[in-house]
Amino acid sequence: MDNGVRFFVHHAQDTVGVAVSDIQAGEIVEGWVMDENKTVRITALSDIPLGHKIALSDISPGDPVIKYNVPICLAISGIKAGEHVHVHNVKSARW
Amino acid sequence: MKTPTFLGYRRENGRVGVRNHVAILPLDDLSNAACEAVANNIKGCLALPHHYGRLQFGEDLELFFRTLIGTGSNPNVAACIVIGIEPAWTNIIVEGIAATGKPVAGFHIERHGILKTVETASRQAREFVQYSTELQRRPCTVDELTASVKCGESDTTSGLAANPAVGKAVDRLVNLGATVMFGETSEVTGAELLVKERAATPEVGEAFYRMWSDYNDFIISQGVDLRGSQPTKGNIAGGLTTIEEKAMGNIQKIGTSRYVGVLRPAEAPTGKGLWFMDTSSAAAEAVTLWAAAGAVVHFFPTGQGNIVGNPIIPVIKMSANPVTVSTMSEHIDIDLSGMLRREFDLEDAGDMLMEMLIRTANGRFTSAEALGQREFVITKLYRSA
Repeated sequence: MDNGVRFFVHHAQDTVGVAVSDIQAGEIVEGWVMDENKTVRITALSDIPLGHKIALSDISPGDPVIKYNVPICLAISGIKAGEHVHVHNVKSARW
Repeated sequence: MKTPTFLGYRRENGRVGVRNHVAILPLDDLSNAACEAVANNIKGCLALPHHYGRLQFGEDLELFFRTLIGTGSNPNVAACIVIGIEPAWTNIIVEGIAATGKPVAGFHIERHGILKTVETASRQAREFVQYSTELQRRPCTVDELTASVKCGESDTTSGLAANPAVGKAVDRLVNLGATVMFGETSEVTGAELLVKERAATPEVGEAFYRMWSDYNDFIISQGVDLRGSQPTKGNIAGGLTTIEEKAMGNIQKIGTSRYVGVLRPAEAPTGKGLWFMDTSSAAAEAVTLWAAAGAVVHFFPTGQGNIVGNPIIPVIKMSANPVTVSTMSEHIDIDLSGMLRREFDLEDAGDMLMEMLIRTANGRFTSAEALGQREFVITKLYRSA
């Protein structure tokens, strides 16, 4: 058991994790990669509310954001590793 | 892997049930009172009142007949009484159920009145209850089970834990040779191309895509723009960004399995494995359709706490939301909140679901059964004549 994990990553290939508790900008946080049962560490650059996503790598404008090992949206501006990924910097690929 | 076993009811047609109901099934809205009177007279019966069965036509009528015949034919039903206002449609349902070989009898109210009808049907119900209560549970294997899966009141914890846990259980059931159904045509919008690719063959994928496109065309024809409503404001506040992300959280429930065919609403699978059914995403409507297609047990992951049950099939509920499992504990069969604290992983969660499936199949009441959640809701395609 490890209560130190602050975000979950569904697949090792995902470029975002999901916060399981509120994360503050500047915190160094550990995440659990569920499919490989390993942990990763990243410095949060923004506040990430519970249930919201944190970027695990730099994402360029127009690039797909990967979660569940599939694209779930496109970046509309550059996103740095550790930043909050939400409707202000991503959009649906459908419309 | 050794195939898990349980004690179930093997019906006349070889199908296996996990409950042993005597159903009192109204053909139509007018016959609800008679069915409830019979169930009140004879202990151990289950009346299934509903709102329809008059002046339906075309595809909507076919679905209605398929739903009623399928419900009476479900292996969780030992014997069935059908009561209708008139004999013609009543007999269609009776003959449909009789094809399973199980005891079934029909009664109609015209030319008799409700009081005489209730008396004769009650005498028959007494015989059926005595027949069913003598039946013994026998050893059965998990590959003989048909299950269905659907989520409700989903939130972030559903995509993180409860839905992937169901996906683990679905993968195991499919690998063991069981039959599993999923659906929710509206909720896979956003992941429809991925669902298409998850078919066992390109032909099945095309069949799914046609089914989804028909639904989507209907939505557009109604002047509805999903852009404004999906994901919902609540979904976005909870951290979801797009319809694709929401749909991907939903289809975590099928694990890594590939579906072998697509089914119209309430249509029974013709073989084992995973099947897609064209269903509403409203919980009670969807579970009623799967029960009519022969599902004998249902996995229902929830985030905020949907409390749905079904009269003839046990609905097993699981949640990983720590608030839901504490404030609504009476509704939740499996507490998965420990996964968010990393007390156990997805494989462990899959084990927990399989264990609860076996206990439920052996006869343990689910929370929904103990609480009397018995939502029987017929899917209607359009208004009656």
